[in-house]
Amino acid sequence: MLQQRKSPLRSVLVSLVVIALVIGGSAVAFAYTAGWLSPHRLTPGKMIQALAPPSGAALGHRRNHVKGICFTGYFEANGNGTTLSRAEVFARGQYPALGRFNVGTADLDAADATVRVRGMGLRISPPDGQEWRSAMIDPPFFPVSTPQAFYGLLLASASKDPNAMEAFTAANPEFATFAAWAKSAPWTGSYAEERYNGLNSFIFTDGSGAEHAVRWSLLPAAQPVPVPHDELLKRGFDFLEQDITERVGNGPQRWTMVVTIADPGDPTADPSKAWPEQRRSVEVGTLVVQRIEPERDGPCREINFDPTVLPLGMRTSDDPFPAARSSAYRVSYDLRTAEAKDYPRTETGAKP
Amino acid sequence: MIDARHRFTPLQRLLHWLMAVCLLAMLFIGVGMVSTVMPKYLPLISIHKSLGAAILILALIRLAVRWRYGAPPLPANLPEPMKLAAHLSHYALYGLMIIMPLLGWAMLSAAAYPVVLYEGIRLPSLLPQSDGLHTLLWDAHYYLALAFFALVLMHVAAALFHALVRHDGVFETMAPVSVEDRSQLRDEIAAAE
Repeated sequence: MLQQRKSPLRSVLVSLVVIALVIGGSAVAFAYTAGWLSPHRLTPGKMIQALAPPSGAALGHRRNHVKGICFTGYFEANGNGTTLSRAEVFARGQYPALGRFNVGTADLDAADATVRVRGMGLRISPPDGQEWRSAMIDPPFFPVSTPQAFYGLLLASASKDPNAMEAFTAANPEFATFAAWAKSAPWTGSYAEERYNGLNSFIFTDGSGAEHAVRWSLLPAAQPVPVPHDELLKRGFDFLEQDITERVGNGPQRWTMVVTIADPGDPTADPSKAWPEQRRSVEVGTLVVQRIEPERDGPCREINFDPTVLPLGMRTSDDPFPAARSSAYRVSYDLRTAEAKDYPRTETGAKP
Repeated sequence: MIDARHRFTPLQRLLHWLMAVCLLAMLFIGVGMVSTVMPKYLPLISIHKSLGAAILILALIRLAVRWRYGAPPLPANLPEPMKLAAHLSHYALYGLMIIMPLLGWAMLSAAAYPVVLYEGIRLPSLLPQSDGLHTLLWDAHYYLALAFFALVLMHVAAALFHALVRHDGVFETMAPVSVEDRSQLRDEIAAAE
């Protein structure tokens, strides 16, 4: 009798332990998946934190390429791109374009002339709704080979250890190539004279289903005029924004979009490695910039130039950067939209 | 023969277990994808969107099926607070199954992202871009997802409590295979011994 009375109690206790283990195990698995138990996981939040300048992130603004100015215009496709991709954006025609010229710094207080890298965010919107977004920069290659190395670069450049950069370059020799470019490449005095390079590789699928690994660039119609850096440093804090506003005010500015096709064996997964000069390329159309507007109330402010927003006929390749950029840009967007009160619009009401 | 009132219909059980897999996958993918910058981020977020749309459709079907066929009654001897908890938690589960995909869709719309599902199917934008709405929807989607997972854990704990401790037949109403057949078999084996 005693045995019988004890046994159900024990069975209940065992059952409760089983339930606790199932629930506890599930909770731990969830926490692990979320990265809460993995302090070393490179999360997009860490990447964004590492981008912040010593003075702190500029609240309400993009976490990198923080200074910029909006443009609108159109992309005129000449039809040649249809041999590479079935995306509607390459069918002959004019499609609305919106974008943002910017300088590659996370410091809102940096003068334009102090920033080596200049960039362009671009969104082309064909009528079928298959948007193409891209964010390009003017160096001919990316500073590092992997998103992890980019994080390492951010940590090293912020480090107080005087040997940090030297150690970083030793571990990531591709950075030396970039540093050499940064030191020797000529500067120009205008966003309009820059060539903007996509750098990342993507896969285009043409109408027959054939795939092509490609990179793209925007080549300026304006002749680049080299200006000594010392002279640029004497110009105004926002001289690039003033210059582009004035130029576009006097007439549209144009860029030719060129798509370069990889040969088998070309490094598609590593944007720090340029492809050989003689690779086949196709001019697919012209970007025409017709109007400039300050970012604060401009139409580019609310757009995340996420390079993985691609139309049918384009997809990401084995290049790891577009995924990392998409992930980090999303966090930057989530933060800055939540901080909109720190970067108030001057107009009230909805944007067009 | 099993009395139909003691079990959910086969369609309801199928929907329950199918959605159980989908919802757990969805919750894990959700917290996993936002924690990584690795290439898997892109397929994960793509699955998250398509699976979210599938869950919304399944949840609406399930609600209609529940409306049509109802549910077996809870045991008469179940204490009132447990009955109340059972009812409230089921309202919350159904509500979250439907509201979470809509919040995600609206959140992406408010950020001016195109909402593209598997194979390029593009959903219409639910809202114009808005910083304030985006933040509100983002917070709701994130914190309700954590609450959803907590609720799923409570649901599992309660189901196991019914199955292992109370032995009151509540678990059996939704068991994927007929547990009554198995318990019958067990009785037969016990009798043979």
